Amino acid sequence: MSSRELTFAQAIREALDEELARDERIFVLGEDVGVWGGVFRCTEGLFQKYGPERIIDAPLSEEGYVGLAVGAAMTGMHPVAELMFGDFITLVMDQIVNQAAKMRYMTGGQVEVPITIRATMGGGRSSGGQHSQSWHAWMAHVPGLKVVVPSTPYDAKGLLKTALREPNPVVFFEDKVMYAKVKGPVPEEEYTIPFGKADIKRQGTDVSLIAISRMIHPALAAAEKLAAEGISAEVVDPRTLTPLDEETLIQSVVKTGGAVIIDEGYNHFGTTAELAATIAYGAFDYLDAPIERLGAMDVPIPFSPPLEFATIPNEEAILAAVHRVLDGRRR
Amino acid sequence: MTAQKTTTATLPLPPGELLEMYRKMLTIRIFEEIVFDVYRKGLMPGLAHLSDGQEATPVGVCATLHPDDTITSTHRGHGHIIAKGGRVEPMMAEVMGRVTGYCRGKGGEMHIADVSLGILGANGIVGGGIGIAAGSAFTAKREGKGRVSVAFFGDGAINQGIWYETANIAVLWKLPLIYVCENNQYTEFTHFKKLTAGEGLGARARAMGMKSLEVDGNDVLAVYQAAHELVGAARKGKGPATLICNTFRYGGHHVGEPGTGYRSKEEIAEWKAKDPLPRFENILLEHKVISPADIEAMHDEVLTRVQASVTTAQQAPFPDVKEAGEHVFA
Ligand SMILES: Cc1ncc(C[n+]2csc(CCOP(=O)(O)OP(=O)(O)O)c2C)c(N)n1
Ligand SMILES: [Mg+2]
Repeated sequence: MSSRELTFAQAIREALDEELARDERIFVLGEDVGVWGGVFRCTEGLFQKYGPERIIDAPLSEEGYVGLAVGAAMTGMHPVAELMFGDFITLVMDQIVNQAAKMRYMTGGQVEVPITIRATMGGGRSSGGQHSQSWHAWMAHVPGLKVVVPSTPYDAKGLLKTALREPNPVVFFEDKVMYAKVKGPVPEEEYTIPFGKADIKRQGTDVSLIAISRMIHPALAAAEKLAAEGISAEVVDPRTLTPLDEETLIQSVVKTGGAVIIDEGYNHFGTTAELAATIAYGAFDYLDAPIERLGAMDVPIPFSPPLEFATIPNEEAILAAVHRVLDGRRR
Repeated sequence: MTAQKTTTATLPLPPGELLEMYRKMLTIRIFEEIVFDVYRKGLMPGLAHLSDGQEATPVGVCATLHPDDTITSTHRGHGHIIAKGGRVEPMMAEVMGRVTGYCRGKGGEMHIADVSLGILGANGIVGGGIGIAAGSAFTAKREGKGRVSVAFFGDGAINQGIWYETANIAVLWKLPLIYVCENNQYTEFTHFKKLTAGEGLGARARAMGMKSLEVDGNDVLAVYQAAHELVGAARKGKGPATLICNTFRYGGHHVGEPGTGYRSKEEIAEWKAKDPLPRFENILLEHKVISPADIEAMHDEVLTRVQASVTTAQQAPFPDVKEAGEHVFA
């Protein structure tokens, strides 16, 4: 492996670039993805390389261009539709939920719908209540969609390349806070990462920290601190919510006996609830303490930094939750 | 009531093709009448949304299409599917929830599709097929083989945002997309005029920079001729167009709702006098494309076939419950 490092945005861009070169059917459409290169720079230079037929500046019509992408997918293309802010998923719910997700099923298997919807998630930028939300649990609630939540540049590239080889609709969530800020090793050689395979980001024996997308980073930082206290935390990254690698999550908790689940989506009926249920069922006899769920506070995301940061799980909250789990064990 | 007469000095198509159009209109009429029966006898689950009275629109439009052209349809979709070449046997089996149905019983009455015939599905969301049709037009343009995409929708769908969003895109990108509005006067139980501002869809299409034609949707040759012009232009790369076909459904919004609570006897009678089938028959008789005996024979033949499709479907198995978990992902 080379020691080359890319930002999260560069890794996304490289995955798109390689797949666009590999498969003529792939095209990218979204707002300002073309000439401008995307507001988060994920398509920088691709318009110049692949031209306006394949890197398409769409009108500000999320439902229209995502709907079009669904039809293009059903007729042999492989569109990548970008939602600049994942919050706008509300505007394309019908196209995703009622059209893309169930066309194969409702036709008794007659069609494939290979559409990839790239959407951002994540708060912490004082973007306010309509540009900060993380709606991956909504998507994972829908049968027929694959849902990807990468946490590192390496995973983002490998998983996006897999998405672009999938014959199914994929909703690919990118935490926008990571685009420029998170850098990591990405080999020059080609690779893909299969869906449904969790990654153990750090091995441990005392407690399992299961974290989604960017939350992996405070989880890893917390694990480092815990190590100094003599506590060995395992950090598990599911990487895809659908399909979900239940086995790896369960086996981690079978080993450690305790779980803290960290997510930037809401707790209420959210990803943390689903993962907790999976673990409670699969590792019931091994749990020494109640499962801890750390999701976003169940409120619209506020603007003012002290308020906003209070709604998002962080390292301190993770450490406190780990101590609750360990205290529970001693009881 | 006597059927209103339409005369056309010269016929736009050779006799064989006209007969095929007539056979399809007859098939739609008989299929709908028999589904009505099937529903009343409790032989099908769910609801039945029938299109008898509206046969000329799908047949006139689809007569201009090639096998690789695509259509998207609506909750009232049986006519579109038959017009694009759908077979009544797997249609009826689908309506009756059998595994031998087009969608193995997973789609049902509102969701019949035969992708191999370019039928990208009937859609239960009003306006739901429009995005898909735009996408098919996008693919068609990319392929560059002159293929076109048709979106059928009702008057109700013209007030859905997806129409405007895709119309704007289709004009900008010159997509070979034909929007066909079957205006049967009612959006469920409300007259379309009460729901539609301004001068209607034609004016809206023109505001988008799109050509728009409006025709008597019960005159199959008028529909054909207008569609022929618009489809031909789209094939040549001239971009999208809108075709408005004014028509009327004879029955209620669905079987079990008689359609008389919000439509007067006079209004229904007025439209029945413009029934698309006898009008086309008269033209075919006048031009000696068909004889009265031929009509009777064709009627019997279609009736027998559709009736047989019910018996065959009744004898066919329901899907095995293990299929409930199949076809979620490819
Ligand atoms: C988005 C959406 N809203 C409402 C409905 C319920 N609904 C089904 S058909 C219909 C009326 C549709 O009218 P129109 O488009 O004119 O078609 P028609 O029934 O006359 O063929 C309504 C309101 C629906 N299926 N989808
Ligand atoms: Mg209507």
